[in-house]
Amino acid sequence: MSSRDAILQRLRNRTGGELTAPECDFSVLDRPDWSTAERLDMFERTIESVHGEVHRTTESGWIDRLAEILQSRGAQTLLIAKEHEIGQALRSATKNREDLPQLLVYDEPIESWQEALFNEVDAGITSTRGGIAETGSLILWPTADEPRLMSLVPPIHIAVLKANELYTTFHDAMQSQNWAAGMPTNALLVSGPSKTADIEQTLAYGVHGPKELIVLVIE
Amino acid sequence: MSETAHGSSHHSAHHIDVKEFHPRARAAIHNPQVRQNFRKAMDGLMSKRKSAFEGWDLETLRDLGANIRMRALASLPDLLEQLEQKLTENGITVHWAADGDEACRIVRDICVARDAKTAIKGKSMVSEEMELNHYLEEQGIEALESDLGEYIVQLAEETPSHIIMPAIHKNTGEISQLLHDKTGTDLSNDVEYLTANARLQLREKFRNADVGISGVNFAVAETGTLCLVENEGNGRMTTTVPPCHIAVTGIEKVVPKLEDVTALLALLTRSATGQHITTYFNMISSPRKANELDGPEEVHVVLVDNGRSTIYQDDELLDTLRCIRCGACMNHCPVYTRVGGHTYGTTYPGPIGKILMPHMVGLDEGRHLPTASSLCGACGEVCPVKIPIPDLLVRLRQESVDGDKLHPAKVRGHGAKRSGVEAMIWKGWSWMHARPGLYRLGTSLGARFRKLQPGKVGAWTQYRTAPKLAPKTLHERMKERGQ
Repeated sequence: MSSRDAILQRLRNRTGGELTAPECDFSVLDRPDWSTAERLDMFERTIESVHGEVHRTTESGWIDRLAEILQSRGAQTLLIAKEHEIGQALRSATKNREDLPQLLVYDEPIESWQEALFNEVDAGITSTRGGIAETGSLILWPTADEPRLMSLVPPIHIAVLKANELYTTFHDAMQSQNWAAGMPTNALLVSGPSKTADIEQTLAYGVHGPKELIVLVIE
Repeated sequence: MSETAHGSSHHSAHHIDVKEFHPRARAAIHNPQVRQNFRKAMDGLMSKRKSAFEGWDLETLRDLGANIRMRALASLPDLLEQLEQKLTENGITVHWAADGDEACRIVRDICVARDAKTAIKGKSMVSEEMELNHYLEEQGIEALESDLGEYIVQLAEETPSHIIMPAIHKNTGEISQLLHDKTGTDLSNDVEYLTANARLQLREKFRNADVGISGVNFAVAETGTLCLVENEGNGRMTTTVPPCHIAVTGIEKVVPKLEDVTALLALLTRSATGQHITTYFNMISSPRKANELDGPEEVHVVLVDNGRSTIYQDDELLDTLRCIRCGACMNHCPVYTRVGGHTYGTTYPGPIGKILMPHMVGLDEGRHLPTASSLCGACGEVCPVKIPIPDLLVRLRQESVDGDKLHPAKVRGHGAKRSGVEAMIWKGWSWMHARPGLYRLGTSLGARFRKLQPGKVGAWTQYRTAPKLAPKTLHERMKERGQ
């Protein structure tokens, strides 16, 4: 018999007999109905407590703010998606301004430019599928257009979050967006920059992923 | 190398004698550095957990956690089949392993089929159970740990001393010296400098690894999703950069609904490190699709039994399988805090190790595990899924002396601690208690001749005074009070 069949058979022929499944009441996860402003305050407080940086901005002002942020870091290159409106907006913006770093487009399979991604990209900018106020988390569903490594390999990750897409809890977000109907290749909650406390519980940032997480909140 | 040769050789080389608990405990207790490192870390973790749950209805949340895990276990075989079906539909290959050795061979075969020579690893306690690194090395495949704590432990040629913080037994100075000796970094107490160097070294390894090997925190049956909880990003690197990802997991990690992970995640991170959430919660449901530009082209899951289906048979022992591996029981354990993780000599240390490892190594080899506890109950009080750890310790103590008529022993190696003399004393005890006249005579004689009672009773009085019989028995005193 295969190990698969042997394991399943042992589990099915349990000597203790059939088990009854208890009811699961998720209402303990419910939170009061916060307003968008309250959710945003909560999100900001929570993500900043773990070293994330939040900049409140607007549809018309975010590129200016982004340029300032990247200049202050001395970033030379910024990785963008090919099709997404964020990348499109940045591409057309660079035509008439000098203060943005060089834009690199993630439009080739990783195998053809892995070394450059690891060594030559200073920052990456991605969209989000909303955020979670309670835990200060960003929801990322990487796509063919916005691949997985964009938010992981560059030392600075910039995420664009729409204030009206903030949910109160993870449970809320998952239920409202009906995740159970179908999950993508990879889905992520990102709550701050990469960190470790493995050396004597002393926090250090940027151990494997980004050293900085910057959230541009579009209000 | 033949299959059987592997089984024996890879276990002998790294094997620590679990039975030698007491000499290791003595050494640890007399090592001020170990004591200090653990005390400091555990105090910090306890207070962080406490503040992370402030404002929560913790009892109700723990009830939910326990119910979610029990609901999953109630239909475990069906859920495993559903998980297999969903994962397969999603393009992920599913393997089943009866034990650690079979799981090791499955991983090797995947590597060999891809001609893989190097593997980068994310943190996985199941791979520690399998002793996977050592096995792969024997097979000529380099397996490098990428979680910073695991990396440090691997460089030191040690095993993790805590399931969440593997290198917690070392302080900064010791780690600095180790990294200096093994990787040539400068001696420094600057944790940022040490971390930055590890980042540089490991990034090269991620880029060039042929295979990434990770664990799994939750496997969701309804969507075929593997969830990984981490702070560093090494888990994301491991599961995204190499062209092949192999996830190893215990069969008990499956949950029916995606919704279930929201409550378990809330409990896990707060219980483990006092975080509201970890930096990354990584949900993987498929290999790279045709139009996608990164991610592994192949994803495999190895479902490992290794004794779990045996634990599953018994109504009481079953609760062991609820565990979500947060480590809160060890953080709050007065024994663990004093002796440290290595003293146990087992993959899982502390309270959860004491109730889990006897099933893996047998009660003969693990005879000291259930008794390495004061039964203070802290572990059971903090467990996010309400595993009655103290009750299970008592059960295993019974098992190790072969149980009784009501509770016949079932665990491998049962009766290993049975002593004929002790059994006879208890038999006499129960015989006398069933005879009231004899009992009264016995206790009143005991009270009368209490001066003859020995002042020293073996190991018990090494650190305690011997209990003295009262001058009058309870029956006599009640009689005097006219009741």
